[in-house]
Amino acid sequence: MSETIKFTIDGKECQGTKGQLLVDAAADNGVYIPVLCHMRDLIPAGSCRICTVKVNGRNMAACTTPAEEGMAVENNTPEFLDIRKAIVEMLFVEGNHFCPACEKSGNCDLQALGYKYQMMVPRFPYAFERREIDATTPKIFLERNRCIFCKRCVRVIKDEEGRNIFAFKGRGNTLEINIDRKLAATMTDEIAQKAMDICPVGCILKKEIGFVNPIGQRKYDTMPIGSDIENNHQ
Amino acid sequence: MKEKIISIIKAHGTDTARLMDILLRVQAEFGYVSTEAVSIMATMLHISEVDVVQTLSFYHFFTTDAVGKYAVYMNNSLVSCMMGMKEVVDEFEKQAGIKFGSKTPDGLIGLYYTACIGMNDQEPAALINGIVFTELNREKVRNIVADMKAGKSVNDMVAVIGDGINANPLMKSMVKNNIRKSGPVILADYTLGIGIAKALTTDSKSVIKEVKDSNLRGRGGAGFPTGMKWDFCSRETGVHYVLCNADEGEPGTFKDRVLLTERAYMVFEGMTIGGYAIGAAEGILYLRNEYTYMKAYLENVLNDMRTKNFLGNNILGKGFNFDIRIQMGAGAYVCGEESALIESSEGKRGEPRNRPPFPVQKGYKGKPTIVNNVETFCSVVRISEKGASWYNAIGTSESAGTKLLSISGDCKLPGVYEIAWGMSINEMLEMVGAENVQTVQVAGPSGICLPPKQFDRKIALEDLPTGGSMIVIGQHRDLLKDVVLNFMEFFADESCGSCVTCRSFNMILRNAIEKIVDGHGIKKDVENMLAWSEILRKTTRCGLGQTSSNPISTTIKNFRELYDARVKDVDYQSDFDMQKSVLASCEAVGRSSVVHE
Ligand SMILES: Cc1cc2nc3c(=O)[nH]c(=O)nc-3n(C[C@H](O)[C@H](O)[C@H](O)COP(=O)(O)O)c2cc1C
Ligand code: SF4
Ligand code: SF4
Ligand code: SF4
Ligand code: FES
Repeated sequence: MSETIKFTIDGKECQGTKGQLLVDAAADNGVYIPVLCHMRDLIPAGSCRICTVKVNGRNMAACTTPAEEGMAVENNTPEFLDIRKAIVEMLFVEGNHFCPACEKSGNCDLQALGYKYQMMVPRFPYAFERREIDATTPKIFLERNRCIFCKRCVRVIKDEEGRNIFAFKGRGNTLEINIDRKLAATMTDEIAQKAMDICPVGCILKKEIGFVNPIGQRKYDTMPIGSDIENNHQ
Repeated sequence: MKEKIISIIKAHGTDTARLMDILLRVQAEFGYVSTEAVSIMATMLHISEVDVVQTLSFYHFFTTDAVGKYAVYMNNSLVSCMMGMKEVVDEFEKQAGIKFGSKTPDGLIGLYYTACIGMNDQEPAALINGIVFTELNREKVRNIVADMKAGKSVNDMVAVIGDGINANPLMKSMVKNNIRKSGPVILADYTLGIGIAKALTTDSKSVIKEVKDSNLRGRGGAGFPTGMKWDFCSRETGVHYVLCNADEGEPGTFKDRVLLTERAYMVFEGMTIGGYAIGAAEGILYLRNEYTYMKAYLENVLNDMRTKNFLGNNILGKGFNFDIRIQMGAGAYVCGEESALIESSEGKRGEPRNRPPFPVQKGYKGKPTIVNNVETFCSVVRISEKGASWYNAIGTSESAGTKLLSISGDCKLPGVYEIAWGMSINEMLEMVGAENVQTVQVAGPSGICLPPKQFDRKIALEDLPTGGSMIVIGQHRDLLKDVVLNFMEFFADESCGSCVTCRSFNMILRNAIEKIVDGHGIKKDVENMLAWSEILRKTTRCGLGQTSSNPISTTIKNFRELYDARVKDVDYQSDFDMQKSVLASCEAVGRSSVVHE
């Protein structure tokens, strides 16, 4: 039997099971902690840092920290709202994002967080990095200008024998997402669709479908990001 | 090429966990790792090509283009620049007829920069095909390049041999030890075997208790209590591992270099005691690539210890089995971070892991592992020999024992000093013969830039903690340009890139300090840098990002006047430099700009 634990987020009493990741435990209690790299049941990447919270006075990523009995978590404080806004701004200046022309617009987690944190003009200078688009594989466009290095594709998308189709290349500010041309050629439509769906931004695009959903019918058109979690539990 | 690559892969058991070694061998053999090599590795190891590339592309010393028959890697870290790197670079470029970052058309000579190579006491220094060249000057460079053109082997270019073990036939290196001060723990006379023999007469719990009672804390910088780490690890079940962190990447530290040569037996003996304490049968020495010149000697020491039954099966007849292998790095500062070191030892990218789990729970190959610094293991040997209370009596109440300092920069006697914890910076400066000091960079770029009014502070974990790097910076240096910008360039290059914040902020902060150095800065920029440093510190996975803004934040705090003197008090100033921007196009069309002169 898994052990039930109690903890608080911004003073709200919460319950969870011992060892459950804080970000999931929070969601189960109707508390939204923003994520970009995290996906439930997947090994945490802990790379986007947008889920940073304060636990008993220490800054931690909620997606890599197991919930423990008696934890006092600070989440929606002015300090973290500003940090999250800064991270969103940082991702916008690091890549090259032109939302109006983007296939993922309206379905994009980064854009949705930009709205949530009311980003107007990023406080950081734009990097105007040159990034190559890779359209050489049969099913996928890799629009690297929009990659936020969340590693979801690296962690989820494998070929039939479990080999990585996506992987990082380089390090630091030369980092880029790489696609294996040989293995990508064996991707099925389902896998390609899945790759596009899990990519939180418009970097992985399935060819030939473009703008399938018109404005008004996209994921975040009517419902701000996180509201599903917040509305589930009153 | 194909046959050779296949045989290299087979020699490493066709094991993906040995990908680092496979790549190192291929790089050494051919001077680069070709796409064909990548493809062969992927097929034989049954991983995808992008998987090979993700490791390959992470490390500085792996290249996908041939580096040249003679590859010069010039240290461009702070102290090398302070000691005259510019002249050396200029002479190399003149003699070879190419710029740094390229190779001669005939493929003979390649010139590249690299981060600190652990020779700060004898700069400017460079690696040429893995061999260390120290105290370079124009004349030496002229001779070196002439030798290259004559086809001389790099080993034969080493004219004067260094002292101590550096002169060992397996090393024949020009590196000098520069041991300036010995202390009772590490650099006092040492005889192989006393420490381990004593440990093996007691049980493992007693060994851990002795280390705990000694109050030894880690010497790699973080100062975690060693006994406690070993205790946590020993409580876990199953196979255990011992890792020795010889990555020594913090610019300005070079004391492990001296220990790995002059006290190699002691390092391995300490690892063996650690193995006995936690119940491990296997140890790994993770040696930074820059120290490849020591490898043959170290392998020989291991063999000697096996012959003498200090390693291998049934050590000293006490029924304990333990052996050690050497894992070479390939050029990445972040691999000194303990979990990145583990990843790298497993043949992967050196990306720090998320914690929990900690290495003592799930480390190398997912098994409980202790990672300790070279000097920590040496200390353990003496603690075993002399006892915890003997050790504990040295140093301060919070910091027991002695510390090796690597002192370099503007001083008369750069080198390695073993001091008891508790020495003040003033005393240290007197010891090394330093005058007119503007600041001391305590604990390397990730540490703090200390102003003179704080020179009465003590070198101790409770006051000024340090892994050993101490860089003395004279009054005549331009602190922001020479020091801060150099350090920020280092961090921007060395971030592993996993965290959004560390990847981007280090670049942004680097550009921000450059803007100020270039004279385009405004007051607001300084405030921004402080605020952004704070966000970076709070939101990263590992210690690199938590400390990489220190060059900026500690100089703003301690040397604010230097910033104020350089920035304008206006609301807006673009960092766009018209003149710089049109330069390339002017050059292309052969004109010069009149408007933006
Ligand atoms: C970016 C980074 C680089 C590091 N480099 C080193 C290093 O080169 N050598 C070292 O011993 N520890 C280094 N450390 C500290 C290690 O993570 C770890 O704390 C240490 O090896 C533990 O050994 P100790 O307890 O004996 O000091 C580094 C840490 C970080 C965050
Ligand atoms: S990926 Fe998202 S943020 Fe980027 S351009 Fe597309 S919609 Fe905008
Ligand atoms: S391609 Fe998409 S899923 Fe993959 S790392 Fe980039 S943003 Fe994440
Ligand atoms: S803080 Fe920097 S070096 Fe450390 S894991 Fe994050 S990106 Fe990598
Ligand atoms: S969601 Fe936690 S770091 Fe990305």
